[in-house]
Amino acid sequence: MKNSDVYTVTENKNIAKNVFRMTLAGDTGRISAAGQFVNIKIDGLFLRRPVSVCDYNEREIVIVYKVVGKGTEKMSKMPAGTTLDLLTGLGNGYDLAPSGEKPLLIGGGVGVPPLYNLAKKLIAAGKEVSVILGFNAAEEVFFEEEFRALGAKVFVTTADGSYGIKGFVTAVKPEHSYVYACGPEPMLKAVYAAYEGGGQFSFEERMGCGFGACMGCTCKTKYGSKRVCKDGPVLFKEEIVW
Amino acid sequence: MVDTKVVLSGLTLDNPVIPASGTFGFGYEFNEFYDINVLGSIALKGTTKEGRFGNPTPRIAECTEGLLNSVGLQNPGVRKVVEEELPKLRKTFRKKAIANVGGFSVEEYVYTAALLDKEEAIGLIELNVSCPNVHDGGMSFGVDPLKVEEVTRAVKAAVKKPLYVKLTPNVTDITETALAAKRGGADGLSLINTLLGMRIDLKKRAPVLANKKGGFSGRAVFPVAVRMVYEVYEAAGLPIIGMGGVACAEDVLEMMLAGASAVEVGAENLVNPYACREIVEDLPRVMEKYGITSLQNIIGGAHG
Repeated sequence: MKNSDVYTVTENKNIAKNVFRMTLAGDTGRISAAGQFVNIKIDGLFLRRPVSVCDYNEREIVIVYKVVGKGTEKMSKMPAGTTLDLLTGLGNGYDLAPSGEKPLLIGGGVGVPPLYNLAKKLIAAGKEVSVILGFNAAEEVFFEEEFRALGAKVFVTTADGSYGIKGFVTAVKPEHSYVYACGPEPMLKAVYAAYEGGGQFSFEERMGCGFGACMGCTCKTKYGSKRVCKDGPVLFKEEIVW
Repeated sequence: MVDTKVVLSGLTLDNPVIPASGTFGFGYEFNEFYDINVLGSIALKGTTKEGRFGNPTPRIAECTEGLLNSVGLQNPGVRKVVEEELPKLRKTFRKKAIANVGGFSVEEYVYTAALLDKEEAIGLIELNVSCPNVHDGGMSFGVDPLKVEEVTRAVKAAVKKPLYVKLTPNVTDITETALAAKRGGADGLSLINTLLGMRIDLKKRAPVLANKKGGFSGRAVFPVAVRMVYEVYEAAGLPIIGMGGVACAEDVLEMMLAGASAVEVGAENLVNPYACREIVEDLPRVMEKYGITSLQNIIGGAHG
């Protein structure tokens, strides 16, 4: 007897260098916030693969992932029609309440995807959203047009200067009321240092279960130990301990 | 109708399925997935005298059919467990849970066990002398028969509830530490804890785990666990909670035939949070398939 939910791949498309966008049809009822993630069972691999939710509606979940190892390599070869066992609605996700009128969303690499649904929700709430998307090089850039289509003001940076603004995400500093960030830890640290005022930062850690049971991904915060998978992945700026 | 009841030192369980310590927190959070009252019992997160963060991350590494962990007994400390975690568990779990006690000295083991022994929520104490992820504690006790006997005797004198000593497989002959626990007065034994292992990251040319080594668990260790349960059953003659790689109802039966009176399910919970419920639900079908009417009657059934 199986109790976790089965999802069907409806699209799996290469959208940038080693980056794929996969659409999965199935129950999305457990997803309650932007910035949550799903944990995907992949045949032949013991642990599930946690991937952030890029967008969702009543019938479908969109994830964007980068091929970095065996699991994502297998995922990249899954044709439409493949069925997958997913745990969904994992993690706390972003809190929209403190955003102010001009929230700034900053994403680096595969930290960009969860900001998409966040931008959508903030714009729907009438906020004036700016987005900084940081990549290493032009061939890795994705979602610039997608964010623009939502109505966000978009800045793209590349570390090598082959596209957009040369430099890291901190190379530009638009007007803002609040910061939402997701990306590799060095980027989060740089954003944390560059911006005063409030913000929420989404962290990554090697996980065992993804739902709070194993204590594998614990981090230290000013309010004590927190599990990145269950009490995070989003932490408020004031509680972060580097 | 088949009978799935088993008895552990006077404690009757509706079925032998118990989530293993460290894979199920303090239980109540799994209510998000299912009603945890279907379980035989729950082995709670390893608890020490003082609160612990555990080891630095990364502390999880994937392996073929299993994983390494080097969590290192993260827990809020016994006082918080008693004041905060057990009341939360009691709100949703009507059965007796198993306290898992860790420590770094005989005194700490005794202190923690004595506090948990007083709790209504606890039906049995599992003495963890086998955690491979802490220095100067855990496994450093568990590999030395003299220390196993000493700590068992000291804790036994301080508790009223049944005391099961959780043994490490990282020894030459597990029956030696099993017999040492018996001499110390253990009411039962719990085995196996994780196998000490290591993975190395090819890109970084360095161990995957920040703590370098970790405990290996998951389906891959099942045959090792069955062998050790079989050996300890013959050598010690004490009731055994068998664990190590159990992932389905058939595995439960195999473990019991080897000599286990009840069975803990560990790593499988981490990949399938519904694993224990699925095993409980599947047990009657598998029992019927193999002509078993009462689980209590098959314990040690594989011994001639």
